[in-house]
Amino acid sequence: MIKVAGRPESLTDKQMHYCPGCTHGIIHRLVAEVMDELGIREKTIGVAPVGCSVLAYEYFNCDMHEAAHGRAPAVATGIKRVLPDKVVFTYQGDGDLASIGTAEIVHAANRGEKITTIFVNNAIYGMTGGQMAPTTLLGQKATTAPYGRDAEKAGYPIRVSEMLSTLTGVAYIARVSVHNPQHIRKAKKAIKKAFETQLEGKGFSLVEVLSTCPTNWGLTPIEALKWLEENMIPYYPLGEFKTPEEVE
Amino acid sequence: MGERILMKGNEAIGEAAIKAGCRYFFGYPITPQNELPEYMSRRLPEVGGVFLQAESEVAAINMVYGAAGAGARVMTSSSSPGISLKMEGISYIAGADLPCVIVNIVRGGPGLGGIQPAQSDYFQATKGGGHGDYHMVVLAPSSIQEAVDLVMEAFDIADQYRVPVMVIGDGMIGQMMEPVEFKEPPKRDLPAKDWITDGCKGRKPNVINSLSLQPEKLEEMNWNRYKRYEKIKENEVKVETINMEDAEIALVAYGTTSRICFSAMETLREEGYKVGLIRPITLWPFPTETISKAADNVKAFLTVEMSTGQMVEDVRLAVNGKVPVHFYGRTGGMVPSPDEIIEQVKALGGGK
Repeated sequence: MIKVAGRPESLTDKQMHYCPGCTHGIIHRLVAEVMDELGIREKTIGVAPVGCSVLAYEYFNCDMHEAAHGRAPAVATGIKRVLPDKVVFTYQGDGDLASIGTAEIVHAANRGEKITTIFVNNAIYGMTGGQMAPTTLLGQKATTAPYGRDAEKAGYPIRVSEMLSTLTGVAYIARVSVHNPQHIRKAKKAIKKAFETQLEGKGFSLVEVLSTCPTNWGLTPIEALKWLEENMIPYYPLGEFKTPEEVE
Repeated sequence: MGERILMKGNEAIGEAAIKAGCRYFFGYPITPQNELPEYMSRRLPEVGGVFLQAESEVAAINMVYGAAGAGARVMTSSSSPGISLKMEGISYIAGADLPCVIVNIVRGGPGLGGIQPAQSDYFQATKGGGHGDYHMVVLAPSSIQEAVDLVMEAFDIADQYRVPVMVIGDGMIGQMMEPVEFKEPPKRDLPAKDWITDGCKGRKPNVINSLSLQPEKLEEMNWNRYKRYEKIKENEVKVETINMEDAEIALVAYGTTSRICFSAMETLREEGYKVGLIRPITLWPFPTETISKAADNVKAFLTVEMSTGQMVEDVRLAVNGKVPVHFYGRTGGMVPSPDEIIEQVKALGGGK
């Protein structure tokens, strides 16, 4: 029998806690496959966030350091400054990165910290039960936006990739999605490029991954994938916003 | 080493940290401790270290958290309002059992307060400050020489027990100049750092974490940490007693106020008053036993602080009602004079 697919070495065999239809599992796997392919598992330190992926330290089979809400880029900065030859990544959701940790991500990016951030954007607070996120779309309902997000009261959904790509210290920024196999393959390519950017010492790299939250969106997993494609991608366009080639 | 150099408190603290092997400093400017990060920004690159001015105190302490997890000797410094911002990170560092050194050059508060010396962060330093059941070891020097000695030892204490250690001074300690000598701290048998996250080559992955969703597990972890605190209480209490053999009034003061109390005590002794001084050097663990024993022999205590009364609560707990504990405090950045203390002691009968 020929084995055509298996669990990446960079993932543990621990069963993940994510809700049915949530795409965190896919994104974890993509990061792990990239770590395997680059052969960096034993020199990588991951920084886990607060939020749905708070238990990421149980799933990645590498050294992991838990951070407080929003502070992962600062923690990663501390690690990378001590261990410049190692690979350091943060894995953060939208509440973590785009709200409470805005200062940390902006300044880590602006310093050109040689770290990689995987930014999972599902436009809602998942772990705390479906409250509004900075990335919640206009009109989208959340437990703290029961009438739908109103720009007059809650401002506009924040486009993190576009914002960070204006910073000089940034070497690579891309936005990808995991709503179908074709885009999952593209997402993996971007994640690989982000890690390669770090390995080449070029500066800060971030991949924003559009992700689903069927539970808090109140949709079935299939409907959620469709909702992502039809509602999120028009507001959060996919693509590379800055590449290492532009930096040179 | 062996040479005496005239140095400003903040700079001497920085040099002591470097001599103790600290190679990483993450901080954010705030008066009156700015000479410390400024000194580190000059010196650390010379010794192959890293100085980084963070975007905020919150980021700075989290950089410390990351660097400590990566196995480094790392320090940050700030002053009262900045330390409040660091409290989140300090709770995480304590929860993840990581060693680091935090310098607090205390200024008047609450809120923005002022920039003059104060001792009003005693509660925050010794009773938590951040959330959860945890302690920091808190060292309170009363001279620049002692600041240097304690900073050097602080790194060893942190490594030995895997706890954050706070060195607490005030604007006076930070800003004044005194001659210092950099001496080797007493040798300690430090445990290997086999828990660090520096890449899992040749071993199983390590995780640095303070999350424990099962209450039974978290309770067990908290009690285990508490046992470590009990060991610290047994081994690490530092206190100086002066003229306590025949004292009838015991002054209790730390840091800057202990120097003023010392002057007051000398004048009072010359006039025949039986006054002694108890100077806690570790604010946590607190020298409870020394004070409790003294309570069997003195008629009264007078605690002097640059606050509205914080350490006095620990003195009262230690005295446990045996004799009266009086309090004299100045606050807002006001520094008491020896005359004020002399007046207070005389009002108590003075032990003559």
